[in-house]
Amino acid sequence: MTEVLVVGGGPAGMAAALAARRHGARVVLLEAGDDIGGQYWRHLPGGRADPGERLWHHGWDRFLAMRDELLGDDGCEVVTGAHVWSVERRDGAPPLVHVFVGEPDGQGREPRTLDPAALVLATGAYERTLPFPGWDLPGVFTAGAAQALAKGERVAVGRRVLVAGAGPFLLPVVAGLLRIGAEVAGVIEAAGPAQLAGGWAPRPWQLIAARRKAGELAGYARQLAAHRIPYRTGAAVVAAHGTDRVEAVTVARLTRDWTPVPGTGRRIEADAVCVSHGFVPRTELALAAGCAVGVDGAVTVDERQRTSVPGVLTAGELTGIGGVDLALAEGEIAGSVASGGVPAPGAVRERAVFRKFAARLAAAHGIRPGWRAWVDDDTVVCRCEDVTAGALRRAAELTGSRGLRSLKLTTRAGLGLCQGRTCGRTVESMLTGSNEPGLLDPGRTAHRPIAIPVRLGELAASTRTSNREDVP
Amino acid sequence: MGAGIVGAATARALVRAGCDVTVVDRGSTAGGTSAGGEGNLLVSDKEPGPELRLAQRSLAVWARIEAELRDELPAGFPGLELERKGGLVVATTEAGAEALLAFADAQRDAGVLAETVDDTRAHELEPDLTPHSTATVFYPEDLQVQPVAATEALLAAARRHGARVRQGVEVTGPVLSAGRLVGVRVDSGTLPADAVVLAAGPWSGLVAERLGVLLPVRPRRGTVLVTSRMPVRVRHKVYDADYVGAVGSGSADLQVSSVVESTAAGTVLIGSSRERRGFDERIEARVLAALAAKALLLFPFLAAAQAMRAYGGFRPFVPDHLPVIGADPRLPGLWHATGHEGAGIGLSLATAELLRDQLLGGTADPLAAEFRLDRPTLLPHLEGAAR
Repeated sequence: MTEVLVVGGGPAGMAAALAARRHGARVVLLEAGDDIGGQYWRHLPGGRADPGERLWHHGWDRFLAMRDELLGDDGCEVVTGAHVWSVERRDGAPPLVHVFVGEPDGQGREPRTLDPAALVLATGAYERTLPFPGWDLPGVFTAGAAQALAKGERVAVGRRVLVAGAGPFLLPVVAGLLRIGAEVAGVIEAAGPAQLAGGWAPRPWQLIAARRKAGELAGYARQLAAHRIPYRTGAAVVAAHGTDRVEAVTVARLTRDWTPVPGTGRRIEADAVCVSHGFVPRTELALAAGCAVGVDGAVTVDERQRTSVPGVLTAGELTGIGGVDLALAEGEIAGSVASGGVPAPGAVRERAVFRKFAARLAAAHGIRPGWRAWVDDDTVVCRCEDVTAGALRRAAELTGSRGLRSLKLTTRAGLGLCQGRTCGRTVESMLTGSNEPGLLDPGRTAHRPIAIPVRLGELAASTRTSNREDVP
Repeated sequence: MGAGIVGAATARALVRAGCDVTVVDRGSTAGGTSAGGEGNLLVSDKEPGPELRLAQRSLAVWARIEAELRDELPAGFPGLELERKGGLVVATTEAGAEALLAFADAQRDAGVLAETVDDTRAHELEPDLTPHSTATVFYPEDLQVQPVAATEALLAAARRHGARVRQGVEVTGPVLSAGRLVGVRVDSGTLPADAVVLAAGPWSGLVAERLGVLLPVRPRRGTVLVTSRMPVRVRHKVYDADYVGAVGSGSADLQVSSVVESTAAGTVLIGSSRERRGFDERIEARVLAALAAKALLLFPFLAAAQAMRAYGGFRPFVPDHLPVIGADPRLPGLWHATGHEGAGIGLSLATAELLRDQLLGGTADPLAAEFRLDRPTLLPHLEGAAR
């Protein structure tokens, strides 16, 4: 019997675990949160269950059925509160996975080391937010944080909220804010009409198969209309203003490459701003395992979701940002293959459909380089270490270094507690922009050999108490 | 060849002496060993002998370098974070205490300031130090520097004096004329030179091979743990007394001995492991756990501190533990400035001056003879496999 370890309890990880079980493998599913479901099906904790939870989600019944099946299955061990801190590459075997189980910031968590026959990584994505002057004021949230507060706590980030950035994810954030009674001052999409048309209009028949998605988007569009919420494209929040917290923002028109057009700034009053410019695959565990990644930072996989490392498979946002349907299809394929089975033709078809959808998404809403023009020298780029855009640009110019490692260490950008999760891509693109012909070691900001902060006491004790376990 | 700290210091020394200098590196500036350590300028870990003398000479140059670079570099250049903080070596066993005190005695005879301190004084210096120490020696001369900033500053100074720095340029072979090295081939053409200086740290053996000579420099892996920022509770460089033995050892197996220090940024760095296993970049949980456990022996309060990062590097290891500085008698035109193992940051400045003086034919320096490639302790290693 093949033993499969799945890391990540979102849609991709759940689908992988279920598929592996269907093929007879014993499965361990590790999830850092209190419950499975991931960001997509984030919900109130069990003790505060909401009878109306279904209204907050797409595919809630499907989630409940998947969860019940996993939790009720003796052949699948679901470990919540499982924090993977290290994935250790080995020669001739899939990597070891080192875990602390317990509270996120706890001491005395239980160390476990898992030695799987096959490893499925389904760690999802980080949100990407481009900086702008004033983005560190209280009241500026990432759209994902606003959505998590709404879905996971039923808390609104403000009374009058502006939602800005790029991509269809802005729309469910609006829906969440409306549901908990916030006023939405407007939605500002950076992609202009030409970029949007370039992504969404060619070969529209491809969208027919993904019409579930089109239906969702149409629903959001109706909601905007019903609440008379202005939806503006080809524009961006280029500054936030306020003394103690956000009071207003400046929205400016953008050129096709996202450079703000001088003289088009307009002030909009709001007490909160939610900003998101897309997602970045969460690759630290895959990188530690030795998996090859592409230029976009996503893990490279073959048609069976296998990475470049034998015995390591990935599914979901980790292989490229594509949304829940793609994650479910990839998860099912990865779980089948990890357990020695053949993927179901239906999942393979679904994956093909939603990969095309993902490609359109990237074309229609992908970040364009002109944004760097709205970041002035005083804008803090790395918030953990207080590194400004000016300090980064100056260090690159003064040292002439083409090394990201060197520039990080001279400026401290990306060296703080978040270890570049928030700022890594931004730091890299700012340095690439200022030091032609570019960095010689791009992608470094995604390397985090210690995947989460670990207390030294726990670390020191881990060798004494953790026995290596086969999975399960 | 090599844009790490030794190449940077050498380039600056040569260009200031009037040479026309080009620095090439396969990667970027300060991208290898110079970015993989803690930034140690130590006398405390060195037994009396040539390496200690080189370290003492280097410390004298480090003492004036900040002022020199201030004149050579534009305002706003990132600082070196040079701190005269001193080192505290702590033994935690009876046997360790005896060895440490004897070691310190010998060092004092060689001119090192090594102050044996009692428990009270030790805790004045480091209030959070373990109460279970058996002997403590304070070395006020030990310094710390931010090694990447120092490398970049030396390179930038070299450029201001006219040196060229070419990153992403790989040396592929020699240019020879009548048995003499007169330049190198690189991926984009050839670079003619009267003298070629090999300063590629742990990769020096590989580069030497491309030039047609054997050089017994091999990588010795090290790993450092980094905590999140915290208020300063570690004031000096603090080592356990095993560190001294580990530095001098040639074993390929994993050895862990504690080096704990705060940085200007507020993080605490925890080293150091030593292991010979080629250019294997993996960071292993067992090594991190061993580092953490050793650090807690010195500073129990660190149990609650968070490790947020680990990084690794390769030290340029030479079998007799001495750097190789000077001409290669087998290939005229080739010069070496490499093999400093874990001490290259500290030793770089004096290395650069020794090499400059030999290359430009100055007066014979008795210390230079100690680091010749064909010294008796290295001679047996010059035949056979380079790696």
